[in-house]
Amino acid sequence: MKKTIITVVGNDTVGIIAKVCTYLADNNVNILDISQTIVQGYFNMMMITDTSASRKDTGTLSRELAELGDQIGVVIRCQHEDIFNKMHRI
Amino acid sequence: MINIFEVNETNKMIEHENLDVRTITMGISLLDCVDSDLKKLNENIYNKITNCARNLVETGEKISMEYGIPIVNKRISVTPIALLGGAACHSSEDFVSIAKTLDRAAKEVGVNFIGGYSALVSKGMTPAEELLIRSIPRALAETERVCSSVNVGSTKTGINMDAVKLMGEIVLETAKATRDQDSLGCAKLVVFCNAPDDNPFMAGAFHGVTEADCIINVGVSGPGVVKTALEQVRGKDFETLCEMIKRTAFKVTRVGQLVAQEASKRLGVPFGIVDLSLAPTPAIGDSVAEILEEIGLERAGAPGTTAALALLNDQVKKGGVMASTAVGGLSGAFIPVSEDQGMIDAVNEGALTLEKLEAMTCVCSVGLDMIAIPGDTKASTISGIIADEAAIGMVNQKTTAVRVIPVIGKGVGETVEFGGLLGYAPIMPVNSFSCDAFVERGGRIPAPIHSFKN
Repeated sequence: MKKTIITVVGNDTVGIIAKVCTYLADNNVNILDISQTIVQGYFNMMMITDTSASRKDTGTLSRELAELGDQIGVVIRCQHEDIFNKMHRI
Repeated sequence: MINIFEVNETNKMIEHENLDVRTITMGISLLDCVDSDLKKLNENIYNKITNCARNLVETGEKISMEYGIPIVNKRISVTPIALLGGAACHSSEDFVSIAKTLDRAAKEVGVNFIGGYSALVSKGMTPAEELLIRSIPRALAETERVCSSVNVGSTKTGINMDAVKLMGEIVLETAKATRDQDSLGCAKLVVFCNAPDDNPFMAGAFHGVTEADCIINVGVSGPGVVKTALEQVRGKDFETLCEMIKRTAFKVTRVGQLVAQEASKRLGVPFGIVDLSLAPTPAIGDSVAEILEEIGLERAGAPGTTAALALLNDQVKKGGVMASTAVGGLSGAFIPVSEDQGMIDAVNEGALTLEKLEAMTCVCSVGLDMIAIPGDTKASTISGIIADEAAIGMVNQKTTAVRVIPVIGKGVGETVEFGGLLGYAPIMPVNSFSCDAFVERGGRIPAPIHSFKN
């Protein structure tokens, strides 16, 4: 399974999760876990997803999600989980 | 499982603290390209480089996109060219043709620098090595992406003072040959003592003869990350400070290790080493000098600077070594003046002098790096600076280097602008007393004794 971490940070507004989830569903990306907080008024969400069934590669998903973020007014990043595992786990 | 705070910490490092992988450098052996026909030699070199590195840039960009970590440079290092040209090159001109081939190959595969226009002459010079050294000014003036280095000494062999004398002249000639670009050629020329075979950082990278046919070396960075981490331990004791540097260096290096392994896997090329260096850039918040300030100095260069740098360098290694399977290259804190805003400020305010920088090079990686000096500096004075730095490396069994830029037509108080990652620098005064008679002696300084350490 190829796990990808998607993070969304920005001003809270109606429909952020809906829009991101719709995009993921359209592209056959399965959501495994969601955590979300508001830090100093900023919407802050992390999703752990499985992208192995998606036809698009991580690079394309990453670019398209960043564009979606621009439309909603938030920053969306999509990164392979290994960068976090490597840095925070021995 | 990874939690949101850890994810945010990593992304904060990338977005706000300039965490990046500074370079993926592919080392390519050109020993199998040797031919006595110059045209054939050039053709072989071009084919080997473009063949080995054709996917390097694209792979680097893909990894960068997938992991969300910037990979700033994709580069190539090759076997020291002086070793290849012995049979085919009968003049400096012939060597310049190889430099042009390297430049063409670098442009073809899209890397921004190619290192290895080099000669290793720590004990003596072959005729080919001397020809190559004499061709450096033209080679650097007539190419864009080629970097050159010359190793003039080592702990095992001593210092080749004939080469030191010659390099003083060559540095000055290179400055003159590139005078219309503010002597930029000298920014691509490094004079080493104890040069490492696997250094991924320019301008001193070359692919040593002890290396495999093709390898991937990675240089990490992250002065901004260390600086920000240290803000949390202001006023605390040295143990706490050191612990924080180690932990941060560990995290930074793990990213480098990940990128190195991925690049190696995808390119089908063995992984060589991770170079654990804190490499600054002119960007605000990406400065080694600012770390020194955070440790407790008003400005880099203040009393205490050498001690602070020594502890920083050591803790970066201690944290980094544990994070990587193989460490090599230069590994330590870099202190290039023009590439570090904090260093530039320190020089401008009179806190940092050439002599203090020389002392600092005793305890950190590399040496007198990216320092602009007056254009009317004598060749013998530059040789003297090189000899001093080489002596520090030789006696302390470490790599040292000199990359000074005598800026033709400019003097102390003026500023020179190199642009991009090379930054800008105030021109620093050089001790004006002569060392002519010392440099003129010729011959070698013998290797130091390895006992009776004091």
